[in-house]
Amino acid sequence: MNILNYIDAFFSDTAHWEGYDGIPTRLAEHLGYTLMALGIAAAIGLPIGLLTGHTGRGGNTLALIATAGRALPSFGLMVLMFILLGLGMAPVMIPLVVLAIPPILVTTYEAMRSVDPAPVDAARGMGMAEAGVLFRVELPVALPLILSGLRSAAIQIVSTATIAAYVSFGGLGRYIVDGLYQRDYEKVVGGATLVAAMALATLGLFWAVGRLTVSRGVRRASVG
Amino acid sequence: MSELFDMPSDLQNSYLGLVGLHLREALLPVLAGLLLSLPIAQLCVRLRWLYPPILWVTTVLYAIPSLAFFVILIDYTGLSELTVMIPLAVYSLVVLVPAIVDGVRSVPQETLAAATAMGFGPVRRYLQVQLPIAAPAIIAGLRVASVSSISLVSVGMLIGNQGALGNLLNSGMIYNQPRLIWLSVVGTAVLAILVDAALIAVRILLTPWMPRGTSRPLLAKEAAR
Repeated sequence: MNILNYIDAFFSDTAHWEGYDGIPTRLAEHLGYTLMALGIAAAIGLPIGLLTGHTGRGGNTLALIATAGRALPSFGLMVLMFILLGLGMAPVMIPLVVLAIPPILVTTYEAMRSVDPAPVDAARGMGMAEAGVLFRVELPVALPLILSGLRSAAIQIVSTATIAAYVSFGGLGRYIVDGLYQRDYEKVVGGATLVAAMALATLGLFWAVGRLTVSRGVRRASVG
Repeated sequence: MSELFDMPSDLQNSYLGLVGLHLREALLPVLAGLLLSLPIAQLCVRLRWLYPPILWVTTVLYAIPSLAFFVILIDYTGLSELTVMIPLAVYSLVVLVPAIVDGVRSVPQETLAAATAMGFGPVRRYLQVQLPIAAPAIIAGLRVASVSSISLVSVGMLIGNQGALGNLLNSGMIYNQPRLIWLSVVGTAVLAILVDAALIAVRILLTPWMPRGTSRPLLAKEAAR
């Protein structure tokens, strides 16, 4: 097994564990980009998705935005922003946020739309205020689907943040891009392994968050 | 106007040539994904217990970043188009299998019973009843798979210029020619939108019984991928 040897060589080399090009630094950078982009995308996507889903308006516009967002190539967008804006955080953040907003927006909208109207009407009939209906009835029921939207946004950001290295940024992509140029295959495979591991960790994290936040009754209803 | 589409000679391709290459690298994997996922989905519909583990495996495969996937394959397939196309086929599988399973499962029991009563065997029933009814869901999955596939091909540029239109990004940086980068980004986006529109047209042709305009443009489940 070729690859396993490369992975082993990469991780057992102590030089890869320290300094500005060490694994802890690169991991922290990657995590930083991911959290920042996901935070911005969620801050934009969640409120709009919740409101449009609650009122049921603007579904077609959202679908249009989603298709447009998906059609824009993130890699190309990053290079374009780099050319237009120069070095800086913006050229990296803009494509990542553009990538992450559509799944958050569309799933949040669809999740809110797919809430059974009977309990919502019942809540209204019991005199619950509109905000209460939104946050205490609709949101808990819609939560699993909303989380799945956030999850796929997070995974896409983790994997796309690797290309930030192409425009001289840090993160785990540094190993892959540098390794390709230096023909240091060990580094390339090591970097790829780290990114894949981080993506899998994200998957696990969202699974855990789902276990903790989704109420038991809802979980039972949405098996599968 | 003609200079706009002039390509640096190291790309060894005209702009239209790159567009063709891009379509081939993006859509062949989706086609392969469709051909693979039809039997897989059929198995999942037949054997219910098989669906959750398959869903799990595909989700985990999907979590592997494209760039990481590409570079790991270099060792086996070299710096070739195949290295770009294999991951894209895997990703499209992830979108298509659930789309087809959900679509085929959504066929009402009464409809199936009626088909059986009319003397349809299992094969004919699948081809003439289940698949057509599942067609909108399948095409919704195909739309998501092809659009993201078109966008991901560009990343192939990083592994030895296998990114078709994405190769323009590198040339644009080397020769300091923003024109090439615009051509790459806008070209890829337009290509994605055109393919998406073509698939909508196919859906309308394949499902003449569906009301026009009221169909859901995106299913939440596909959007979550």
